[in-house]
Amino acid sequence: MSSNKRSQTSRADIFANIRRGLKHDISESQRQQAVANRLSDKADNLIPARSQLPATEQVELFKVMAIEAAAELIELESIEQVPQACADWLADNQLNELNSASNAELSALDWSPLAQQQITRSERVAQAGDIASLTSSFAGIAETGTLMLHSSAQSPTTLNFLPDNHLVVLHRSAIVGCYEEAWKKLRQTFAAALPRTVNMITGPSRSADIEQTLQMGAHGPKKLIILLIKD
Amino acid sequence: MPNTSSGPRVGLFVTCLADMFRPSVAFATVKLLEQAGCTVEVPERQTCCGQPAFNSGDRKTTAEIARQTIDAFDGYEYVVGPSGSCIGMLHQYPDLFDPTDPYFLQATALAARSHEITSFLFDVLRSDALEAQLKQLQFDHKVTYHDSCAGLRELGIKQQPRQLLSHVQGVELEEMDEAETCCGFGGTFCVKYPEVSNRMVSNKTDNISNTGAHTVLGGDLGCLLNMAGKLKREGKPVEARHIVEVLAGMTDTPAIGEADYNLAQQL
Amino acid sequence: MQINTPFFKQRAHDALADENLQKALAKLKTGFPEKRAIAVDRMPEFEQLRDEGRDLKNHILEHLDLYLEQFESKVIENGGHVHWARTTDDANQIILDICKQVDAKTVTKGKSMVTEEIGLNDFLEQNGVQPIETDLGEYILQLRHDHPSHIIAPAIHLNLEDVSEAFHANHNRPKSSDPAVLMQEAREVLREKFVAADVGITGANFCVAETGSTIIVTNEGNGDLTQTLPKTHIVVTSIEKVVPTLEDMTLFLRLLARSATGQEFSVYNTLSTGPRREGDQDGPENFHVVLVDNGRSEMIGTEFQDMLRCIRCSACMNHCPVYGAVGGHSYGWVYPGPMGSVLTPQMIGIEKGGMLPNASTFCGKCESVCPVKIPLPKLMRHWREDEFEKHLQPKAARYGLASWAFLAKRPALYKPYTRMASWLMKTWAGKNGRLKKLPLASGWTDWRDMPAPQGKTFMQTWKEQQKAKAGEQR
Repeated sequence: MSSNKRSQTSRADIFANIRRGLKHDISESQRQQAVANRLSDKADNLIPARSQLPATEQVELFKVMAIEAAAELIELESIEQVPQACADWLADNQLNELNSASNAELSALDWSPLAQQQITRSERVAQAGDIASLTSSFAGIAETGTLMLHSSAQSPTTLNFLPDNHLVVLHRSAIVGCYEEAWKKLRQTFAAALPRTVNMITGPSRSADIEQTLQMGAHGPKKLIILLIKD
Repeated sequence: MPNTSSGPRVGLFVTCLADMFRPSVAFATVKLLEQAGCTVEVPERQTCCGQPAFNSGDRKTTAEIARQTIDAFDGYEYVVGPSGSCIGMLHQYPDLFDPTDPYFLQATALAARSHEITSFLFDVLRSDALEAQLKQLQFDHKVTYHDSCAGLRELGIKQQPRQLLSHVQGVELEEMDEAETCCGFGGTFCVKYPEVSNRMVSNKTDNISNTGAHTVLGGDLGCLLNMAGKLKREGKPVEARHIVEVLAGMTDTPAIGEADYNLAQQL
Repeated sequence: MQINTPFFKQRAHDALADENLQKALAKLKTGFPEKRAIAVDRMPEFEQLRDEGRDLKNHILEHLDLYLEQFESKVIENGGHVHWARTTDDANQIILDICKQVDAKTVTKGKSMVTEEIGLNDFLEQNGVQPIETDLGEYILQLRHDHPSHIIAPAIHLNLEDVSEAFHANHNRPKSSDPAVLMQEAREVLREKFVAADVGITGANFCVAETGSTIIVTNEGNGDLTQTLPKTHIVVTSIEKVVPTLEDMTLFLRLLARSATGQEFSVYNTLSTGPRREGDQDGPENFHVVLVDNGRSEMIGTEFQDMLRCIRCSACMNHCPVYGAVGGHSYGWVYPGPMGSVLTPQMIGIEKGGMLPNASTFCGKCESVCPVKIPLPKLMRHWREDEFEKHLQPKAARYGLASWAFLAKRPALYKPYTRMASWLMKTWAGKNGRLKKLPLASGWTDWRDMPAPQGKTFMQTWKEQQKAKAGEQR
């Protein structure tokens, strides 16, 4: 039997089983209406009080939670300070490569501070062996110190996972309290369909699969550095 | 004490284990209830709550026993027993009957007026007189308390026995690690999976003896027989008693599984 | 996967004697539960979230067909493909066909219990496709030809030396016993595999009907490399994972990490929607979702429907004293612990799986920590009812229960019987207060003493006292 046929037969059987089992205590049109409403309302469920703070407190909460999740946090006055901050961080860690997302904001910066430290900068998809990457982020979620990033032509997803170190620019104005606010922002930006990948990242990669002992840096970045811009 | 008080009329749910193994637990329960002003009666037609059948998947037998128990306790203002597990089972009775069955309503009513003894004393009757009585008691030992699963998680019994116990003079309560973890009794579980049960009760007796307590107290005889039996087999010098024995000041009987010195002297 | 569930007792016996396993289990007992307790304390709304989680799952299950249709149409709209698999065989064939279409030699895999359930790795290997597990724990197991013993910490039964030996035998590198070195070694070895793979297979924690997205929740980042680097991404998941909206998914995300590892949030929560978009420089060109049924649709409308709420967090097994004593492999199939004791009989049949729902004291700890409040003990009891009705329980147990029930239903016979039994036991025990041996109760007395009855039954003494009182009053 072809896979297509299998799938079609399975689909029919599965739906028949489900519909046979359902209670049928409400009419089919009521059921459909309930589903349509839920999908269009996109109503919030319970949002914890913790993530419904005033904006300034949200920033503080974000910082606390991100650091708790083992991210490094560097606060900068403006986006223009990003090249120097990257150069300093990489030099401090004795690293000499930075592979960057190619969005307009990052590309437009004056990257000469890297050259002064003999650090080479590229804009391409990540490769195995990459040392460090720089990307922007779409939002910061205070509730758990989580970054939201998404794939685009200018920001390949591999940048978020292959390099050993991931530096991420986050504007204070992009920090929201809870995940729900980030979804609303995402829907506003992408009305038709979500980007291929939306990453929520909370600290660097880790695993406790060897003897239940937590080790940092399993497959994703070993370090996550958040460059928080005051704006 | 003659039953002449004007307090509530309570049907004692003896529980099959107290009936067979440790009548003193049932007598202690009667004493506590009477001290609190209740009129206590013991319906003749009670046997067991039906839990062995229920947990073996035999719903029909369980429902038959449930009907028998419902009938036996018809008319009592409260049904009280010295076991969270058995009283928890009474609370399951409504599940056994179709809502159209007349027994469904009776089962619901029975569940609503059935209480485990420490919960009944503390949550329902709570009185200054009871506190005063407890304060006259003396039990000069370090004790630890095992939270039996059904009482804890089905009936929310946690603070009640501890609060009552706190009034008894001389008692020092030392909480054990994992007090809320199952002792491995589980009704027929302990004979169906004896090795697993043994590991669980061994963990429990380790936690008990690590407190240095003289006595482990609990609210369910199944667990207490299991823990006492293991403590004895391991030669650990910890006694096991039902909480009501201490609360009723009836600790002159040998602890669970202890040699009966009176009998030894007689022989 | 071979079914060893009928041998639960023997496997439990072996597990109890396995010192390394017992050490690992002791660590687990304090690890996850303590971290969960802290995370729950920090979230005052946690109980309310559990109630909402239960209610939302119930709503989803009552509209499952409709949400699945919506999810399917959204995946297709975004350029992906949806495949339906009623049986494990259907699922394996469909996945193999996708691999063959792109002429796949190697497949990298993110952690997925559904692929364990369908036995995908063996099937692919037999058909010339090499699967490579990339979750660190799963990778270790694959090197050892072993299987997960826990649904989120698959290699929990192994110690450092086991890992060290497995790596040394396979990696052609100096032997190390430093966990950090071992993890770096796996990182380097698997980097090459990620890049070389033709297909990446991941599971999904949830499927979002609103957007046609799937989400994986991980800590290592292997699932992301698995799905981003190869040209084809196959999501293998099951039909009950669908949720209506992103907001609804969020409710479960708040519950999941806290219940599982005690984290506030897992490191990587990744939504995947269709294949790469025009202009994207990476990401898969093909996106497939295989929705596996394997008995789930038959649970709708039955007493086991509640089990379909499960979000696979592992809290039930982390808190289960039976799992904590015998570990996951004793359960003999894919899903261990309380959730496995309910699910396994559904998937392999109660005839083979009956040992599991019986291996519980009904202590209720599992239900008390379940993020979606599945009444696990009640569902295990339903399996026992099924066994009882089908006469599957051992004869001795059936006869024992029947004789006890005969007496329990007849108070007039029950009383003399219990009087006699008490008296006999008391007499056997003599002055000792306890019995070292008891006929028909070796399961008890092999391991512990049986405290002796005090003598007369309560009913007997009570009646005598009442009579005496009546006499005095006369």
